[in-house]
Amino acid sequence: MLEVSGVHYFYGQARALSDVSLNLDRGEVVSLLGMNGAGKTTLLNILSGVLKPTRGQVLLDGNPAPKGPVALVRAGVVQVPEGRQVFAPLTVRENLEMGAYIRLKAGEKAAVARDLERMLALFPILGTRIGGRAGDLSGGEQQMLAMARGLMAAPRYLLLDEPSLGLSPKVAAEIFRVIRDLPATGCGVLLVEQNALGALSVSKRGFILTTGSIRFSGDPADILRDAQLREAFLGQACQPDLSRDGQTDAQAGQA
Amino acid sequence: MAAHAALSQYLISGLTTGSVYALTALGYCLIYNATKVVNFAQGDFLSLGGLLFYSLLSGLGLPLVPAFVLAVAGVALAGALMERLCLRPARSRDLMVLIFITVAASILARGLMKTVWGKQTLPLPSISPEIPLRFMGAAFTPQNLWVLGITLAAILGLKHFFDRTLTGKAMRAMAANPRAASLMGIDTAGLTTLSFALAGALGALAGILITPITSLSYDVGVLLGLKGFAAAVLGGYGSFAGAVAGGLILGLLESLCAGLLSSAYKDVLAFLVLLLVLFLRPSGILGVKEGRS
Repeated sequence: MLEVSGVHYFYGQARALSDVSLNLDRGEVVSLLGMNGAGKTTLLNILSGVLKPTRGQVLLDGNPAPKGPVALVRAGVVQVPEGRQVFAPLTVRENLEMGAYIRLKAGEKAAVARDLERMLALFPILGTRIGGRAGDLSGGEQQMLAMARGLMAAPRYLLLDEPSLGLSPKVAAEIFRVIRDLPATGCGVLLVEQNALGALSVSKRGFILTTGSIRFSGDPADILRDAQLREAFLGQACQPDLSRDGQTDAQAGQA
Repeated sequence: MAAHAALSQYLISGLTTGSVYALTALGYCLIYNATKVVNFAQGDFLSLGGLLFYSLLSGLGLPLVPAFVLAVAGVALAGALMERLCLRPARSRDLMVLIFITVAASILARGLMKTVWGKQTLPLPSISPEIPLRFMGAAFTPQNLWVLGITLAAILGLKHFFDRTLTGKAMRAMAANPRAASLMGIDTAGLTTLSFALAGALGALAGILITPITSLSYDVGVLLGLKGFAAAVLGGYGSFAGAVAGGLILGLLESLCAGLLSSAYKDVLAFLVLLLVLFLRPSGILGVKEGRS
């Protein structure tokens, strides 16, 4: 279990998070929704050790989580940053190796090689570009690479920041499909998304963050059913297609 | 025939100084890629390398190879200490602040070296006896071969390090995206220190190799360091291949200019090249153009 409890965070004087508590199990996908500036990325950065909470604590399996991103990656908490952020001049293979940096340093060569094969099976397009520069990949391919790179660390908890941002619906659907199947491999996922419908369709639980506080937590179906929540907290982005695709997506996710 | 011989003479001396510029430029690149800082103390690594080598050989009477290894290791340590003691405690992300710290470190280092070794020129012996050699009419010494050989070995060693080793790849990843690198569990602070140590080692190599040819004193690295900087800019600041190309081109240009025009203009040339590159093609020969990531 990875959790934050009673976390506050200030950027200087500006309050970014206020008394936020949230938990994530290894067997589930949890969505963290909210509009721009609601504090979602701040919360992810706290969970991955990039930021230190001003108040409150981060717990891993009931104990205070190790400090700093390096120690947290070692403990199995891995963040895939927003905007892909692949290592552009490195090859696709080298990017994947960097994902497994800590494991390779520990000498787990054989296990890493197996995982690399697994990633190429999960994202076949990466296999065809394995020797090419990551910077030459398309946006969708880079997003797949960023996710595969994160998974190469063999995470127990994967923190995904806007994995569908800027992707075509087809590629986004593929990404969400991979996310949906991760808990079965023992990897819990905390999914920060603007694409609320896509995220909720693969999630077991959802949290809505508004101006630094959790306003709702619970069943994704309740969020989708509640017109007020939808309108107030998910923004207009998901309004137009809510009537048709949204509902079917959500139902597909629950099925 | 005479013209032919003169030309090969210029080529050999140009490639020799060019190699030293290349090593110096590589040092700038290493630190720039890790931190985006221009390290104005890179030239002082050269001086320190030469001075340490001199003291280990003449002062302590060590044999050549241990003196060489210890001098390189000593400057590598100095580089690491500079990062740990001068740059990191500043806890600043402002590049101007960090760059000025390197300027201060350079002045401080020069003062210390002047106190320890004095102001006079010191006689640093060549790596092997000075037997005159001839090739295609040009006269040169084994030291020229040592410079070329050790520079080539250093470049190949660096290439192997960055392309084949986990730590080297992690340093490239950090150069490309430090934030993402730390999210992968890459120890960016440790690798930054390592970059300074490597830059120190390269500077030491350059200093040990060139000072028997030029001269050795506490401030010999100032001009060489600036020329290495010009070479790095010419090649495309931050590009390793560019640093090597820029260094060799600059060395050859200087040597041809000294031979065909006048040696009085030799030192001006590097800065003329620097200005022209900055006016005409700021990204250098092999550098990445602005706006492309």
